[in-house]
Amino acid sequence: MTRKTRRLYLIVTSLLLLGVAAGLVLNALSDKIVFFFSPTEITAKPPSPGKVVRLGGLVESGSLRKLDNAGTISFTLTDLKKSVNVNYRGILPDLFREGQGVVVQGSFNNTGQFVAIDVLAKHDEKYMPPEVAKALKASGRWEETAGQVGSSQVGSNANGSIQ
Amino acid sequence: MITEIGHYALVLALILAVAQATLPLIGAQRGSRPWMALAQPTAIGQFGFLGLSFLALIHAYVVSDFSVAAVYENSHSAQPLIYRIAGAWGNHEGSLLLWVLILALFGALLALFGDNLPPRLRARALSVQAMISVGFLLFMLFTSNPFARLDPAPLEGRELNPLLQDPGLATHPPMLYIGYVGLSMAFSFAIAALIDGKVDAAWARWVRPWTLLAWTTLTAGIVLGSHWAYYELGWGGWWYWDPVENASFMPWLIATALLHSAIVVEKRDALKAWTILLAILGFAFSMLGTFLVRSGVITSVHAFAQDPARGLFILALLTVAIGGSFVLFAWRAPILKAGGMFAPISREGAMVINNLLLATATATVLLGTLYPLILSVSGGGTVSVGTPYYNATFVPLTLPLVALTAIGPFLGWKRGDLPAAMQRLTFAFIATFIAAVLTWWWRTDGPLLAVLGIAIGVWLLAGTLLEWAGRVKLFRTDLATSWSRAVNLPRAAYGMTLAHAGLAIAIIGMTGASAWKVEHIQVMHVGETVEVGDYAYRLDNVQTLPVENYLAERATFTVLQDGKTVTTLQPERRQYLVQPMPTTESAVHTTWKQDLYAVIGEPDGKGGWTVRFYHEPLVIWIWGGGFVMVFGGLISLSDRRYRVGAPSRALAAIRAARA
Repeated sequence: MTRKTRRLYLIVTSLLLLGVAAGLVLNALSDKIVFFFSPTEITAKPPSPGKVVRLGGLVESGSLRKLDNAGTISFTLTDLKKSVNVNYRGILPDLFREGQGVVVQGSFNNTGQFVAIDVLAKHDEKYMPPEVAKALKASGRWEETAGQVGSSQVGSNANGSIQ
Repeated sequence: MITEIGHYALVLALILAVAQATLPLIGAQRGSRPWMALAQPTAIGQFGFLGLSFLALIHAYVVSDFSVAAVYENSHSAQPLIYRIAGAWGNHEGSLLLWVLILALFGALLALFGDNLPPRLRARALSVQAMISVGFLLFMLFTSNPFARLDPAPLEGRELNPLLQDPGLATHPPMLYIGYVGLSMAFSFAIAALIDGKVDAAWARWVRPWTLLAWTTLTAGIVLGSHWAYYELGWGGWWYWDPVENASFMPWLIATALLHSAIVVEKRDALKAWTILLAILGFAFSMLGTFLVRSGVITSVHAFAQDPARGLFILALLTVAIGGSFVLFAWRAPILKAGGMFAPISREGAMVINNLLLATATATVLLGTLYPLILSVSGGGTVSVGTPYYNATFVPLTLPLVALTAIGPFLGWKRGDLPAAMQRLTFAFIATFIAAVLTWWWRTDGPLLAVLGIAIGVWLLAGTLLEWAGRVKLFRTDLATSWSRAVNLPRAAYGMTLAHAGLAIAIIGMTGASAWKVEHIQVMHVGETVEVGDYAYRLDNVQTLPVENYLAERATFTVLQDGKTVTTLQPERRQYLVQPMPTTESAVHTTWKQDLYAVIGEPDGKGGWTVRFYHEPLVIWIWGGGFVMVFGGLISLSDRRYRVGAPSRALAAIRAARA
């Protein structure tokens, strides 16, 4: 085996491997990634039922309700222009609050109800998910100076337990 | 006063680092010994001043000096002492100081114990080490000074993020940092070798223990972090493919590749340029990790500093360091002499495949981590890349890698005999087949992929044990001979056996915990019993207790199986007093078969609580396997040949000539 043939083997193997990897990555990027929408975007152009997406916004004050004894709850996410009702079964993150920015991951079911699989709230009470901040800016309701949404519009409820 | 001393020491360390970064380098170029010798005292001095600075910072936290901005932001006088100390690095400024301190520690170790190195190589490596220091010290002093003062001083601090108030904070970040920064040693040696234009077996032998140390601590850091996330976040998950997790995982993958390719350089004098490239890449990924964590460009649980100025500074630092290294590599690598020849099927060939697969797998992780950033910058929308992406890319690339890991050690150097290797693996084939059939028969509920995962884990475990058995001639000679062979095996060989076996154990655990995890959520009242799988959980009571700096709501569950009490679980919801933020403390009952995991959520206002139970089969095997890997790394580090010192270049040359 000469140096040249060895190099040839190496190059062929590397190219094959890169090809396989590129194929896997392209395939995964086409259907394994999750797109983010604001309530305005998702009401304008709803994804097909079952398609998993992320939806971010503020939890509307007074919208948090318990639906049944199995731990299913319902709340409304808003970017202060449009709102979307979300059902979720499970324990909410520790920092889930009315008035707080959250991101949920889930899909619309056949009746057009958004069902969340995951609710993601950040581990800091001052934190606003960047996606939500962007969506709020897009809807023109973001107060740049405060870096927060005016509390008059949202009415934050620091003790958002389910009644 | 002590704070000012700390700040001043930081500046002095910077000045020493500048001297260390330049003078020895010039000395090495001119062949001036006294100039080269300057590297040692400056490296030790730099470490001394940084140590002083770090102690000053710890002092400020311990005495709760809230005139220091970082202490005010991240500490509280009512916090237990351990969290006041660990809180020093539970934030951006303090963690950077720890980072640079560890960097200087490695420099000082090289200065103190590197006497058997050629003076030129040592001087250059120490200079490169100091250049990194200079970059990070400038960054710290200009954008994130841990000693910045507040005037007037607040009376009370804002408390460490409650989520971080956990023993994990005392171990996970320092371990991870030693690993991250440890890779800087391989990087400095690589740059020094590129300037030198010479890479040989002796060079590889000096680089390997540092890489091994970095790999071992990085493994430990990742394992600790994964376990911390598992019990602290209360979601029963042990790996989220979070960008920051990936930031620690990518250097680990590259370090693993480097560990293997350095063996080829040491034993066979081949793959030199590639090894240098891996050494550069390993540290580049460490820096990228720091950038990802610190800049807040990527949404993550860990992103605490969201300051664009800092992000830009690190980005510039990254560009200079990595860009410069690559330019140097492109310019100097071609002069490295090509080394030993080998057939495609040989130990070297197996290492090449290992490296190619690891590098490709790293690339898929990198792409997944950066893709949301690339897409949002190019206006393609906001996306998130999660577990499904990695399951579809990373897993198919690494499964064959794991399968081949069992075969590689059976191949000889230069030219291997694949049929013979397969023959020696007969028993592993049988074990794998039995394991697959049993898994399929026992758990028909899981996905078929789970059978494959268990089979591959068993295959690697059996293959690794067979390799060891072959070395000690188990059952092919009398037991006494085998025993004496086992005792006399080099520790590096045991390191490999343990690391591979640990990986196998971890893979079995990962498969079990992903495939057969059971989740149950419902609202429960006191006295109620709920059945989950084979177990029944009875909620005995929920008490509210004041503890140190938080209020705990503690539930007591009695876990029963067939009417017999198995254990009691006491998960908590904690309300911290300063930051109005509740945290979840899960309760876990661990057995080698599975974990029973309970979480208590919010009360429903009518006497009920939302509760959540998880059954996680084999989950402890993940961290158990991780620690077997760490143990293997430590055993290998204690190998005799690192203690007797590396051979001189002359000796290595004679040996090479004879071979």
